Amino acid sequence: MTMKKNSKLKGFSIHIMPYSEIRELTITERVKKILQLVLGNRVVILQGKLRPEEEIRLIEDTMAMVDHIKTFKGIELAVVDSYRDDSSFFLKMRRGIARGLTGESNSLTVIGPASIVKEIKKDPSKIEVFFG
Amino acid sequence: MNMIKILSRFFGGLFRRKNNLKIGFYGPPNAGKTSLANLLCKDWTGEELGTVSEIPHETREVQFKEKVEIEHNGKKMMLKIVDTPGIATKIDYEDFIEYGIAKQEAKKRAKEATQGIIEAIKWLDDMDAVIIVLDATENPYSQVNLTIIGNLLARKIPVLIVANKMDLRKANVKKIEAAFPEYSVVGISAKKATNMDNFYDEIFKLTKRV
Repeated sequence: MTMKKNSKLKGFSIHIMPYSEIRELTITERVKKILQLVLGNRVVILQGKLRPEEEIRLIEDTMAMVDHIKTFKGIELAVVDSYRDDSSFFLKMRRGIARGLTGESNSLTVIGPASIVKEIKKDPSKIEVFFG
Repeated sequence: MNMIKILSRFFGGLFRRKNNLKIGFYGPPNAGKTSLANLLCKDWTGEELGTVSEIPHETREVQFKEKVEIEHNGKKMMLKIVDTPGIATKIDYEDFIEYGIAKQEAKKRAKEATQGIIEAIKWLDDMDAVIIVLDATENPYSQVNLTIIGNLLARKIPVLIVANKMDLRKANVKKIEAAFPEYSVVGISAKKATNMDNFYDEIFKLTKRV
């Protein structure tokens, strides 16, 4: 994972979140916890990844907050699988769904406020995070 | 469950499968979902579904057309076409201002766009099959694409991926095929109506998997 920082940028921090921090939470609580951190200008780096239904809920709740909080523009979100195998998105996703506990996968998820994370460029094996 | 309910569900399901399957058009903003839905509706009903624009989030409400009968290679089927707002993780009203839209109108559009995304997500559960429309000039690995496809996979909803804008020089259908090798990918240009025969072939294959 590459991070590129704009030297003029200030006022944010990175929150490394072990999966154990959200393991026992419900979908609603997980999404709420992540969004609270993002609203506090934190870029969250989550060990593992969210389930598909959690990702879509995160987008849904993000939109509800954009609608209600004047200064909030949304999030940037990306998942990177750290293992380099030949399995496709389909197999990885099926494996993830079957496993249930997606935190045990060798993945990282980056979630940041759109006002700070300008762009995340992604290919299958790496992501570049641009701050701006 | 009493026998009437069982029979009603059985015959209801049979009827639904044969008629008026709900086909959703999903994807990121500005990929050409409405252009393609318009083309399909115009071809078979004579009427378009919605307005298109170069400004992102032009479609801010789910819009649908009932009873679109498609006939292709001697086969017929009836569809309900559901065109959805592009799904995004961020909305900034200032992006609309860059397209020359006044501040007040830009704020209104941004508000409608956020609500449109929520509405599109809520409709996911209701679809019989989904056509994901991607811009073939863009990187297919964006998280929004992966999130939509991941959710459809988890819900066991059949998917067809359309690589749109193949008329543009930067378009690369192979990149999309490489990103999603287990899915059927058809490259088209909704603007120029190219490769529509293959598109209709794929729609018939898609509905067989419902």
